Formats: sequence, C-alpha cells, structure tokens
Amino acid sequence: MLLIRCPYCEEERPELEFRNAGEAHIARPTNIAAESDDDFEKFFFIRSNPKGVIYERWRHIHGCARFFNAVRDTVTDKFVMTYKAGEPKPAKLPGASK
Amino acid sequence: MNASFRISGAGRLNQAKTASFSFDGKSYLGTEGDTLASALLANGVHLVGRSFKYHRPRGFLSAGAEEPNALVQIVRDDARKTPNVRATVQELYDGLTANSQNRWPSLAFDVGAVNDIASPMFSAGFYYKTFMWPKSAWLNFYEPKIRSAAGLGVSPDRPDPDHYAARYAHCDVLVLGGGAAGIAAALAAAETGVRVILADEQAEFGGSLRFESGAKIEGENGFDWAQAAIAKLKALDNVRVLSRTTAFGYYAQNFVGLVERVSDHLKSPGRELARERLWQVRAKRVVLATGAIERHMVFANNDRPGIMLASAARAYLNHYGVAVGRNVGIYTANDSAYAAAIDLRKAGVNIAAIVDLRDNPSGPVIDEARGLGIEINFGRAVVSAGGKLRVSSMTVQPKNGGGERTIAVDAILMSAGWTPSVHLFSQSRGKVAFNEETRRFVPGAYAQDCMSVGACNGTDGLDATIDEAYAAGAQAARDAGGKDSSGKMGQGARPKVDGSESWSRGMLGAAPGAGPGTTVKAFVDFQNDVTAKDIRQAVHEGMHSIEHVKRFTTNGMATDQGKTSNMHGLAIAAETLGKPIPQVGLTTFRAPYTPVTFGSIVGHARGALFDPTRRTATHGWAAAQGAVFEDVGQWKRAWYFPKAGEDMHAAVNRECVTVRKAAGLFDASTLGKIEVVGPDAAKFMELLYTNPWEKLEPGRCRYGIMLREDGFIYDDGVVGRLAPDRFHVTTTTGGAPRVMHHMEDYLQTEFPHLNVWLTSITEQWAVIAVQGPSARKIIEPLVEGIDMSDEALPHMSVREGKICGVPTRLFRMSFTGERGFEVNVPADYGEAVWEALWAEGQKHGATAYGTETMHVLRAEKGYIIVGQDTDGTVTPNDAGLDWAVGKKKTDFVGIRGMMRADLVAKSRKQLVGLKTKDPKVVLEEGAQIVEDPKQSIPMKMIGHVTSSYWSENCGRSIALALVAGGRDRMGQTLYVPMPNGTIEVEVTGMVFVDEKGERLNG
Repeated sequence: MLLIRCPYCEEERPELEFRNAGEAHIARPTNIAAESDDDFEKFFFIRSNPKGVIYERWRHIHGCARFFNAVRDTVTDKFVMTYKAGEPKPAKLPGASK
Repeated sequence: MNASFRISGAGRLNQAKTASFSFDGKSYLGTEGDTLASALLANGVHLVGRSFKYHRPRGFLSAGAEEPNALVQIVRDDARKTPNVRATVQELYDGLTANSQNRWPSLAFDVGAVNDIASPMFSAGFYYKTFMWPKSAWLNFYEPKIRSAAGLGVSPDRPDPDHYAARYAHCDVLVLGGGAAGIAAALAAAETGVRVILADEQAEFGGSLRFESGAKIEGENGFDWAQAAIAKLKALDNVRVLSRTTAFGYYAQNFVGLVERVSDHLKSPGRELARERLWQVRAKRVVLATGAIERHMVFANNDRPGIMLASAARAYLNHYGVAVGRNVGIYTANDSAYAAAIDLRKAGVNIAAIVDLRDNPSGPVIDEARGLGIEINFGRAVVSAGGKLRVSSMTVQPKNGGGERTIAVDAILMSAGWTPSVHLFSQSRGKVAFNEETRRFVPGAYAQDCMSVGACNGTDGLDATIDEAYAAGAQAARDAGGKDSSGKMGQGARPKVDGSESWSRGMLGAAPGAGPGTTVKAFVDFQNDVTAKDIRQAVHEGMHSIEHVKRFTTNGMATDQGKTSNMHGLAIAAETLGKPIPQVGLTTFRAPYTPVTFGSIVGHARGALFDPTRRTATHGWAAAQGAVFEDVGQWKRAWYFPKAGEDMHAAVNRECVTVRKAAGLFDASTLGKIEVVGPDAAKFMELLYTNPWEKLEPGRCRYGIMLREDGFIYDDGVVGRLAPDRFHVTTTTGGAPRVMHHMEDYLQTEFPHLNVWLTSITEQWAVIAVQGPSARKIIEPLVEGIDMSDEALPHMSVREGKICGVPTRLFRMSFTGERGFEVNVPADYGEAVWEALWAEGQKHGATAYGTETMHVLRAEKGYIIVGQDTDGTVTPNDAGLDWAVGKKKTDFVGIRGMMRADLVAKSRKQLVGLKTKDPKVVLEEGAQIVEDPKQSIPMKMIGHVTSSYWSENCGRSIALALVAGGRDRMGQTLYVPMPNGTIEVEVTGMVFVDEKGERLNG
C-alpha cells in the first residue's frame, strides 16, 4: 500500500484514505459553452498516458477531504511530490537532475 | 510404541513427552515438538501422498516450507478439514488427525496411477493438445472429468468456524528471517533502541542452525545461541519477536504482509484464540535474511518416497532425533550432503555410499567422511532409483557412461546445491543478478529501502554472514533514524563465530542419465509432475521464453511456486536453447511466498461484518410490522409490508391502491441530503444543476437535474431553498456520496472563488413521506407554526417549524402524483414522529408502504429513477426533461457536452411509455424492443424496457422504455421478442395516471 503525503494535513497517510481524481492541470474553460468541438474534445476526453512522470489530482477523501495535486511515476508507482490545488506545476521535481 | 526410527539421545526433543496422532486412520506415537513429517518418519512412514498428474507415490522431500510433495489434509472436525497442509510445517499436537490426498481407494493402491503408465499422453502442454475436439465435449465431458480426477485435496464444504485477527504495526527495522543472519541483524538494530520486529516462519528461531551441527557461536551450539539471543531480544521493550509468522508479500514503500499461525499447532485452541493473525507492517527499513533452499538432483525416479534433500535428513536427525532410513545412499554435487552422511553415520546409521558427480573434490568434510569409513564414489551419477512405494536401491554409473552397479538403500539424500531465497527481494521489485562464478541469482539493484544478508544474499559461511548481518542491522537502524546516544552504534557485541559450515556451487539442471535424448521420469517440479524431458519438449515445440516454458509445462506453478524447481527448469531450458542462463531469465516471483488462507486476508470482514449495514430510524418499527426488506447499497429499506396471507403481489397492490384512495406513509430517509450554504450558494447551484436557481424564492422547491460535463444525467432530486443563502438538496439514495464528491470537486478546484460550504446531512434528517388525498389531514394536527393551507403551502414548497414538538423541515412535494409531504425531522426523533404520524394515519385508513409501491406509483406518473430509467448515456432531452434546463443560462456543468452533435441527434433513444396489447402481460425490465419481429436474427434492437410493473390502479401493466426516436412513435406498435413468444406493445406517453396532475392538490 502506498503512502501519500497530503499537502493540507502535512503528513503521509495510507493510500486507503485517498481517491484518485484524474489528470491535473486541466482547467475548465471559463466560457465553456462557446468552445469548439475540437477544444471541448481536448478538454474533456483527451488525457495523457505517460510512461514515467504524471501529474494527477488526488483527494484525501477519508481525511481532510481536500483535493490536491500529485506527481507520480507510473513505472515505479512512487509519488515524487504532492502540492496544493491551484498551485502551478512545479518547475523542478525533487531528485531531478536538470 | 512404534517410533522405531527415533534415535535415543539424538535431537532436541524431550522423547519422554509423547503425543498420539493418526494418519489415514492408523494411530501412531510422536514426540512433542515434532512436525507431522518428523513424527511420521520416526514411525518409518515415508509414503504420504500421490502426485498431481501421474498419481505417483510420494514422500517427504524437505523439512520446511519448500515442501512440494507431502501435502495432507488436517481434520479437526466436520467443518475444519484443511487440505494441502505441508506435513513438514504442521506441528504435531496430541490427537492430530491427518489424511493423505489425491488417492483412491487407498494410498498404497491408487487407481489413478494408471496415469503414470499412460504418461506419454500427458506430456507437456497436454491440456492444450488433447482435449480440443469435438468442441462441445470440453464443457460437457473433458473439463468435468479432468476436474474430478485432478486437483489437490478436497475443500471443506462447511463455513469456516474459525476467526482470524488482523494487526497493523509500524517499526523502524523489520527483519524477515530468524536464522543466524536475521538474529544478528536484529541484535544490532535492537541495541540502538529503534523499534524492531523480527519474524520467522518456524516455531523456533535458528533457521539452518537447526541442522548445522558444526555451527558454534559464542562458544555454544549455534541453535542454542539462537535461543539465548531470542530470549534476550524478547526481553527488550523495543523489539517484537514473531515466530510461526511468514512474510508472504512485500509491497510498495516497505509495506509487508505477514501471517502468524496462532493456533494451528494447539491441541484444542479456545474460541478466544484466532486461528491466524494478519500483520500489515510498515517499516522504515527492511532486512531480508531469508536464507537459501537446497535443490534436489534431477535423475530417473528421483521422486520415490525415501529420496529427500540432504539438509532435510539432517534436520530430522539433529533437531527431531529421527533417522530417515537405516541404510542411506547419498547423491550430491556439492559438499553439504557430506555433512548429512557424517551426522547420520555418527548416529549409527549405515551410509551405503556417497555418489559425487564431481571428479576430484577435496575438503575437510570429504576427509571426515572418508575417515568414518564411508564409501565415496567421485565422478559418478545415480542414474535411477529402484522401488515404488519406497526407494529400495540406487543404480550408479560413471557419469560419462560405463558399467552400472546397483546399491541397496532405503533412503537417498541428495544435494545439487543451494538456491538463495530472493522471493521477497524480487517482490520488492528489486532486480536479481546472475553470479557466473557461483551460478546463482542474487540480489542486484534494489528498488526499496531494504538490504539482504546471509545466504539469501549469496553470502557463504557463518562468519561472513554474521559480519554482514550485524553491520546491516546497525546500518538499517541508523538509516531509520536510530539515536546513537552511546556513540557505540554497531560497536556492540557482534556475536563471535567459533565453528562454521560453508559450501556453495553444485549443479543446475538434469544430471547424467536424464539429459537430452533421454525419456526417463526425472522430476524437476514434483508438485506439478514436470520432468526434465517435459521442459526440453516445451522448448522443442517453440516455447523460447522462460515465461512460456513455465506456462506450457506448469513448471513452478504449483502451490510451492517452484522453490526447489525453478533453477533446474531454467537451466534445462537454457541448455536446450543453447543460451546462457541470464539471457533466458528468471520467472517473476509473486506474492504469496507460501499459500495464505482466505480467512487471514478477510479477517473479521465477513458475514454481517463484510460491509456496513445502514438502517433508518424506523427500521425497528417496520421489522415489527413484518416488513420485508431489500438491500439498496448499504441500506436496508422496507420493500413491502405484507399482511397475513398476502404475498408480495397482493401487498403491493393493496399499498398502491390505498395510497391513491386514502394515504400512505413511506420512509424516504435514505435519500441523499446535502446542505449548500453561503453567500454564493445560489451561484453554485446554478453551475452544478441545469435549472435556474437565482430566482427561486426562499420557501420554494424545484426538481433539479445534475449532469456530468459530458451532458448526461448524473443525478436528480428536489431542492428546497430555505433562505437566500441556504439550499436543502436531495439526491438519489445510491448517488449521495458521488454527488457530494462531484460538488466538492467543482467547489474546490474549478469554482474556488465561490463562498460556499457543503455538508452531508443524509444521516441527520429522517424523512417520512406522507402521500395521498388524506395526507394533510394526517400531518396537520401534529404541526406547529406552519400554515398548511394550499395557499400558504402550495405544491413544491418548504417550511421550517415543529412537528410533535421537534424541529422539522416540511416539504410539500410528491413522488406519487398525490397530494404529498415529506416530513424531515432530526434522525433521533424519526421513529417517534413516524409512530405519531402512523397513529394519525390509522384514523384515515392510511397504509405503510415500501420501495416496491413507491416504484409503481412513480412509474404510474412517469417520474424517472436515475440509474434505472437512465444509464449514464441519457440526456435531459432523452428523458423528456428539457423543461428543467435553464434556457437562458450561459454556464452549468454539462452545458457544452449537451451540445455535441450526437447528443442532439433526432434518432436518439427517448424515454416513452409502453402498454402491452394484452394488459395482463407484464414486460421484463431490460427486455429488448424491435420494429419487425419477423426479421432475421440478429434483429435490430431499437431500445429496451427500463421500468415495468403491474399497476393495480390502472388495472393493467405499465412500462417505461428507451426507444430510438420514441416520441415520434406515439401509437406505434412495436415488439418485444421473448423466449416464450413475441409480445406486442404500443408506444404511449409516460404518464398513466392523472395526466393533468390534478391529484397533486386533490
């Protein structure tokens, strides 16, 4: 079972307390009704499926109930880092060489 | 007393303490501290089972968890008949009853053994080849026949009466394996004060010190040192010592699953004891000290009872005081079997001969054996074993061919070398590396915070092992943040080794006489009856990957997971392929290390405790009234209230008619309820629901529809506005948690600028629906502070006040089409208010009704149920709910999705009513609908029935259905083909009762 650090509770808690909520950093368009078919498709249907680092939303549903963002490696399953919802994509990941 | 193979004075058991047991109905005497295996061997019993495929007689191969052959059924009572217990692991208790498996009519005469004679039919891949035709015979003939003939053991047919405990634990250093290495690591870690857990699968710690008579630590026999060290560790507050505890799975982030056998070794375990305990341990550092497993020699008939691993014979002798034979042959390719010969010889057992494949080995053990006068044959092979139910001879030949010589024996001890137990390391996602020199896989790159020490790390020799393990224990403690207050961490009392046994090398693969071109039965995998020939055949038939070879032959796929067979199998495949071993690769190790009971994984989560049961406030009342309940998610809901003599049909008909004629009371408490509060509450509601909310006046209600961003209906429910900044939202029963999740998601991440709080209030309010023409008369006398007139409290309005003296949120709303109210009261008062309303209701002829009647009444009015009449692909328009979508709104979740071309297509399936031409016929929900019943199969299906009931109020059946272009088909005849004939139906509107809606105020 994975340990996940909740950036709001500021501690590692077992995976059972959390729920994955899909890919992060996909903002809902402010004028969504005016989106073209292509743009709506990109926003709603298209998701990245990388081998390696992925940016995800998680929710500490059986804890503080907050949504937050996490960086996870899909190969090792390891969480690289977590950060609060609304914060920008980290420019540099911990442990990254560049 | 018949324990004629017990050697007086040998071993560590107190031979005066006997325990009686039975095997296949025959009584024997063992000694306290025995395993079932050592007790049987003490009685000269080697034949304990029949093999899986060929039903060949089998005995004990090992003295531990790697045992492939000696699987028995342990019977405690009618419900406790545990199959596939390894006799080498099962501890003896007085009165133990064991039976052999896989034989009929008896172990010595087994009809299934014809498979052995017919074995050419059953070679590698036979399942895939033999039973392919005719196709239908697989299901009706081959599979049932194979299933009854094959299989291991018989499962008990009664519920498991035992209970299983579970614990979570955290520690700084978890040491897995309690041999010399594990104990040394634990000692080093423990002295730093960090929290240590040490676990070992055996009843007693010591690992291979159990049989290594030459091991001396701190001046003591190795095993005695181990017991003293364990006593010392147990006395420390920071150490937990777990015996009989197998680490079966190594998961992410140093999360390790262990199962502790709590009471399987006890004569009569009390109910207060669990049978097993699951430990889920999270460790900062893990030290793997899992040892090594001896391999057998692969030669013809190497499976005859009496042929076993040399180290096993030493364990039986040195620990249990049992000689495995009186005239023992040795077949080896490394030094360790010499130690077995020496120990047995010194105990007075005749060693017929040592047969050593090596040409001219030398060393102290060889000299010692020679000094004891044991015949040693170098450069020779055992090419076959004689005997059937018990080995009687071994045939020896120079390894490159030549004259044969047959030597009479009653046991053969073999050793092809030792395989490091890298199972847990590999499960941790570590990568093993092949050491060319020692020809074994050892831990390579690590994936987690763990270290391997001792034999599992390929470290040979006790001194080197203790050195490595002690340093690793100290290192792990340091890494885990152990405080070095003494400044002497790792400088403590490293145990001093005074005597050591050491060997490595050996051989992999088939021995001479079982090599390429031979057809003898030289077993690689005993449990799945895989021979060297099978593996070569698999390669010849095109299986070039070791993963394919494994699956085609089933090598290593039995319950022992190839602990003794994997390396031999790999070597034979590599030889046949002409490739070096590392290029062929090792198959993946997977959890569990040894079989784990379902009971220990499930723990207490079974029966009534499998899933929480949610009951409403009126549950007790309904049960006392004789209500029949149905499960709706975790809820128990009253389904219908039968009176004496009524079946479900009669009860539902009466309830339906009574509600429309007089009134009915219904417990609607399970509906999800969410309070949306804050200055921006209305703005939030506008975004989450299709309807307009800004202009809804406080005190009024509206039926709301929630979509997902894709434009499909996600949930629905009546929403009351209690105040400008406060909405009381109801959801479907099953949808409550996901609606809350959906709302929180948008509030936290997409609309965080809105000042709104969401609170689940499902459990806080009990909801009593009072519906029917007399509804107001029933409620009115109990209500304070609410004007109940139609003018003051019209349909779709809500008021706060009191009922029976307790606070209420009183909704005027209807899910029946009748004048209706939903009385919300704090859940603690739910039953009292229900009883008061029930007493009033009795005066007006009201009935209590359940979910079935609720469904019928709502279907009569064409009110949909999300999840029944919709399935996640239905838009508001499809459901005829366009009126509930705010036309002037510029944004809400789903607004863009709804505009997609496919979602506005005319040909979409639309919700309509159906009436069968024969009013007595009730359609089946889920039945498919076609236009032309005479078309050829497969017919074009244009829709399906979503809801269907007998309506006593209409005097006929009614149904709702999703039909392509349904609203343009009013009056059309369509067809529902069923197994017993085609049913004619007419497409109608969705409202079957009171089309004008006059009864809402009736």
